[in-house]
Order: sequence, then structure tokens, then C-alpha cells
Amino acid sequence: MSKINFLKPDKSNLYTFLYLGSFLFFISILDVLLNSFFSLNITGFLPSFLSFLLPLILGFVGLYFIRIELSGIKQLDLLNKNINTNNFNAILSLLIIFIILKSIPPILSWFFIDASFAGNSKDVCTGSGACWTYIKVWMRRFMYGMYPNGEQWRINLSFIALALLGSVGYFATDKFKKYLTLYYVVIYPFIAFLFIFFFISGGPVFFDFSYGIIAAILSIIIGFFIPSKFKFYYFLIVPLGLYILLKYFIFYEELIELGKLDGLNWVETGAWGGLSLTFIISFFCLIFCFPIGMAFALGRRSGFPLVRYISIGFIEFWRGVPLITVLFMSAVMFPMFLPADFFIDKLVRCIIAISLFEAAYVAEVIRGGLQALPRGQYEAAKSLGMGYWRMHIFVILPQALKLVIPGIANTFLALVKDTPLIFVVGLLEIVGMLNLAKTNPEWLGFAMEGYVFAAIIFWIICYAMSKYSYNLEEKYKTDR
Amino acid sequence: MTVIAVVLVFGFFTYNAQVNMESRGIDFGYGFLSQESSFDVQFSLIEYDGSHSYFRAYLVGLLNTILVSVIGIILATILGVIVGIARLSPNYLINKFAAFYVEFFRNIPLLLQIFFWYFAALRALPLPQDADAMFGIAFLTIKGLYVPAFIWQNFNIFFYSILAAIIAIIVIRIQAKKLQETQGKQTPVLLISIGLILILPLLSFLIGGVRLSFEVPVLKQLATTSFIYEGGVSLPPELIALALSLSLYTATFIAECVRAGIQGVGKGQKEAAASIGLTPNQVLKLVVMPQALRIIIPPTTNQYLNLTKNSSLAAAIAYPDLVLVFAGTALMQTGKAIEIVSITMFTYLSLSISISLLMNWYNKKIAITEK
Repeated sequence: MSKINFLKPDKSNLYTFLYLGSFLFFISILDVLLNSFFSLNITGFLPSFLSFLLPLILGFVGLYFIRIELSGIKQLDLLNKNINTNNFNAILSLLIIFIILKSIPPILSWFFIDASFAGNSKDVCTGSGACWTYIKVWMRRFMYGMYPNGEQWRINLSFIALALLGSVGYFATDKFKKYLTLYYVVIYPFIAFLFIFFFISGGPVFFDFSYGIIAAILSIIIGFFIPSKFKFYYFLIVPLGLYILLKYFIFYEELIELGKLDGLNWVETGAWGGLSLTFIISFFCLIFCFPIGMAFALGRRSGFPLVRYISIGFIEFWRGVPLITVLFMSAVMFPMFLPADFFIDKLVRCIIAISLFEAAYVAEVIRGGLQALPRGQYEAAKSLGMGYWRMHIFVILPQALKLVIPGIANTFLALVKDTPLIFVVGLLEIVGMLNLAKTNPEWLGFAMEGYVFAAIIFWIICYAMSKYSYNLEEKYKTDR
Repeated sequence: MTVIAVVLVFGFFTYNAQVNMESRGIDFGYGFLSQESSFDVQFSLIEYDGSHSYFRAYLVGLLNTILVSVIGIILATILGVIVGIARLSPNYLINKFAAFYVEFFRNIPLLLQIFFWYFAALRALPLPQDADAMFGIAFLTIKGLYVPAFIWQNFNIFFYSILAAIIAIIVIRIQAKKLQETQGKQTPVLLISIGLILILPLLSFLIGGVRLSFEVPVLKQLATTSFIYEGGVSLPPELIALALSLSLYTATFIAECVRAGIQGVGKGQKEAAASIGLTPNQVLKLVVMPQALRIIIPPTTNQYLNLTKNSSLAAAIAYPDLVLVFAGTALMQTGKAIEIVSITMFTYLSLSISISLLMNWYNKKIAITEK
């Protein structure tokens, strides 16, 4: 055994240093552990200042001793490489370990040990921990807002049905795969709208738009049998004629009264709220903002100066103002620009405002993808004789969108995180409901529990979305 | 066709607006800006009360917005750079800690974070009479943060001395750079700069007759249970909650920008720099950072813009920013929706554009100059 130099640990006295260092390190961890979990202070006899710093000093010396390069012990080398490369890193590692050890007991006791779960009133919340009873009692409000308790099955039913319809893509056979885009872009949103309108809102079967919808569907079906020569005139005249025919001759007012569905009460949008409203708004904004954004991204690269300037103006305007002022605009300024008897629902105005706002961001993301494509792709498509739309739909957009999946996912995440802002126009989704519940005189003082609860829910949603976007990115990654 | 459509749509909207305003008895115009506002604002940087005009109220709101944005941007940049570098650390614990921070704060809506800090976390602070002094001079209470105010004598001399020091440092830096490019001599610029910025203001104290004293906040009893601090500078809890949540939230995005920027510098660059004998610090300072900054700055600019726009969430916790003071209170009082909302939006637009112009200028300055 050679001479030991304590300032310079080396390999010749490996085990001496190893045992000594591990012992010191272990002692320092043990001290903090006992202190935080059992509130025992084994170094209490020392002056308070020294007792506070002792674990750090001991741990640092211990880590210094075991920092021996190429010791030949696998675990030791791994440890040194990962948390103990130099003095600075050793101190940081120790601090982080101590912070984690120190923060586990209070968090644990607040969340579980001292928390109260049982009961239905405030009286059970006497402990120092969280009062989850509060969440339990208010759960329906947080999930469904002011939606009547007896009618909430309608929301559940709609969401389950929509989730099932949305998962169709996973079970589609190859034969139907090519229709999936059409399904998700046109049919699915339409079904979703019908569900929301008829089930959640409980609207009448025949409302003003339904004539238009029926007329449009009928005229498209008939349109298949019209020779292409007359198609332009056909679509100019027939839908309007059908609309008038339907409205004034076939389904006139008395028939509508008969057609109303019994049993579903009308629930106005002001009563919607909670997490379900977050889902509804995010869903429709996601669906609307994507095509609008795509149109403006193409418009910004268009050859017509007017289209280009309008697109630039649109994009830069929405990107330059905060969402909260946009919602303000939709609430107080927008109605001024419409005829006095023309009323658009608050929720619809919100959805339009958020969609336009996010569309500007989507447009910029997609423009990035379009610019990243090499010019050869455009030229190759053109040389095959493709027109503008054909080229974009079959060659350019599939490649460009693949490139910008992360950017689009980020924009969608931002959209979901922006939904609480609708409190500006008086709609209360989950965060708004929390603020309402917080001011209830019977349940004062539980703000923390509410916010933690909402934070966990949002965190799960957003984290799942970002992980899903990683998957998509991997799935569509192609070597170029 | 498009032109006609656009003109028609705008004409339709303008016509409706006119009809609506006539029916409600509101006239269009910006004359209200000079009228007496007759409402009070809790926290303002410039002198303001109800007898001032609406335009003054607008300025108060604007200054408050700028104040919280600047504080937020500074804090977020510091935190973001630290976390971004920490995410690249070889230390497993630091790396994971930074990643946890980013994933945690990024995935929770900003509004929720603001509410959390304001309604839950800051409400747990002590009342003024129970607060312990921090360093004996500052008090963090439920009613805000009270810090000592500086009381200067001959402040302008001190200010000029600092200005002179900054100008001298810039001149010296330019000279040093020239010297290095022409003769290859290196001058200890950092030491000289630190010396200058310390010595010149110190001289102003010794010779120039500058005096500095502190006004420490003192607890004062208003009623039997109501206490307040007098003197010093008080920062309202709204400002603290807002600045804290804005910087914590934006720092996660800046951290990702920094990480991407540093990772974007090719490995060969670092190895080449190391092989010509630069120390690790020199590699970071002279080779990696100048290249990484080019990647970092454009997305970081976007984050600064986002922070400025997000500061409008202040309205939710009643921090008197532009949206709350102007688009809130002033709108309620005057009913001039179109004018006020358009002014507010125009202000944010110009704020955004000016920040992006500034950062574009800086970006151009550090961009690759091809020789």
C-alpha cells in the first residue's frame, strides 16, 4: 500500500478512498433523510449554521474522494461520469439530491397523508393537508359547468360517441383508407357539430340552417348526374331554388313544430362550462384553424399581389395582437359591425375568434414547411403537367405538412392552453369554474386544491398531445 | 373579383356600424381621450388620479404593460439560458431536473399559473405586521413587496459618470478589437471594463458630491388590525405574481431555444476549436456561442413577443395594465368600443413590431458576414 495523499485520490489506494468517500456520502444523505422524514437532527449539538451546512460539506468531501477516473469498477465509473465529473457538478448534484429529499415529505403529506378524501362537507377538512373533498363535491361543476345535473348524460353520450367515431381510423381496412382524409376533414366535424347541436344544446330539429344543409346535400347528390358542361350554371341556381322550395313549400312552419324532438330541453351555451367546454372549444378551433391557416399560407406565397398582401396583412395582424384583445373585440366590437337583428351566439363568436387567431400561427408554420421544400419538387410537378391545385394537393402539401408536424403540434398545444381565456366573454371553462367555486362563501380557502387539480388535468392533456405528436413525427418520417 | 368582394364586405360592416351607433346614440371620434377620466388606478409609474385625462390613463396602462414585460423578459432570459444549458449538462441529475422543469411548466396554461401564484401561493404570505424583514430592509407581505427607496443627491452627476464609463468601455472595446486584428495583441478588456464601471461612479461619490441614502419602509398602524408600510417602494402582489408566472412560463420556451441553438452547432466546430488548443471556456465563448446565437435569436424574439402579448392576461388578476385600464375601465365608462379596442390592438401591434425590428437589427448584426 503506497502513501495516502488525501488531497489527491488516486487509483493505488482505491478501496481506502472508496470506503471513506462512500461512508461520508452515505452519512450526509442519511442526515438529510432523517431530518426531512422524521424531523430528527442528528447534528443538533453543533452550532445551527454548521449543522445546516454539514451534510453538504460531508457529501462534497465524500464525492471528492470517490472521484477516481478509470477505477475499473463499473458502477463507480458510471456514477462519476453521470453526477460527479468535477467539483461544481458534485455540489450541484448534492444540492438537487437534498432538495428532492427535503421536498418529498411535505408534498406527500399534503397530497395524501394529511389530506381528507371522505365526507361531503367542509367539516371533514381539518387536517393540514389538501381538502380533496372540495374537488369531490364540486366535480360536476368542474366537468360540466352550470349544465343541469339531470341532463349531463347528454354530454357524456356525445363525447363517447364522438370518441368512438374518431377512432374509426384505427380500424379502417386498406380499402377504406383513402377515404379517411375526407372523413376526418368533412364528415366527422359535421357529425360532431350535429351531436353538439342536437344533444348537448338540444336544438330544434329544423332550424334556419338545416334547410341550407339539406339543400346543399341534395344538390351535390343530384350534381353527380349533371353533365359537366352545365355544372357551373347548375350550382349557381339549383341550391338556392332547393332552399326556397324547402323553406316555403315542403317543410313550412307547422311541420317544424311537429318535428321537434321531445324530451331534450334546450340548454343555452351560457350554462355550458367546465372541462367539457374546454374540449368542445379546442375541438372546433382545431378543426377550423387548420384549413384557414393552410389557405393563408398558400395565399402568402401566391403569385397574385392582392391575395399575397391580404394574406400578409391577415397573418401579421393576428400575430401582433394578444388573444385577450381579440376576444374583447369579438365580445364588444364585433356586434357593432353586424345588423342589429342578427345575433351570433357567444360561444360561436369565441370559436371564430380563436380559430382565426390560431390560423395565423398555423399559416406561418405551414409556410415554413412550404419554404423548406426544394424548388425541384415544384418544377417536377409542373413539368408533369399538374396545375396549381393538383400540384399542391398531391405533391407539395403532403411533404410540407410532414415537415411541420412538430410546429403544428405546438400551435395546437398553445390553442388548448389558451382556452381558459374565454373568461373574458363570460364563458367559464374549468379554470373559470375554479374561480367561481373559490368565491363560494361555504368553500373559502381551497384555491390551492382547485388549481392543483386543474393543473394536473391540463398537464396530462398537453403532455399526451406532445407525446402523440412525437409519435406522428416518427411515423411519417421519410428519408429525403 | 376579389377587390369587389373585399370592398363589399367592408362596406357592409361600415354601414352596419353606422346604423348601430346611430341607434345607440354613440358618435365616432377620438375626442374622448382628452376628457377627464374620473377613475383611479391602483398602481402607476407616473402621477395619475381621476382628474387626469383618458389619454393619461392610456399612458399609465401602457407603462405598466411595458414594466411587467421588461421585468418578465429579463427574468425569463436569465432563467431560460441557465435551464437551457443545464439541459445539455453531462450531469444526469441536473439534466433531468431541467427537463422536469421544462415539461412541467410548459404544459400548464399560463392563466392557470397566474391564478395559482396570485390566489394560492402569494395569499400564503404573512400579513404586514407579521412579516419578517429580508436582510433587514425588505418586507415580503400579502400586500406586496416593500423595498427601500433610493434617495439621491446630485443624481445627474452620478448618471453622467455611469454614461461616461459606458462610452469609455465601448471605445476601449473597439480599440482592443482593432489592436487584435491589426497586431494580434490581446488586451484584458473585461478587467478594464469592470474597473471603469466601478471606479468612475465611485469617484462621483468622492468628488462630485453625490450622496445616497435609503428610505427603509416602516410599519405603521392605521387601525387596530390594519397595518401598512410607509416609505420605500412597494411592488403590488399582482405585479409579482404576473412577472413570476410570465418568466417561469416563457423561460421554458427560451430554454428549448437555447438548447436547440447549442445543439445546432456542429460537433466538428467544437472539436476543431479544442484541437487548436482552446480551453473549454474559450471554446464556449469564442466558437460555440457566436454560432449558437444565430440560431437562438429568431425563435427567442418570438418568445419575447409572446411574453409581451401574454402580459395582457394581467386583466385576470386586476393588475392595471393596458387591457384592464383602457379596454376595461375606460371602455365601460365611455362605451366607445370601436375606438378603444382599435387603439389597444394598434398599441400591441406597434409594440410587437418594434420588438421584432429591434431583434431583427441585432440578428442582422451578428449574422454571418460573408467576406
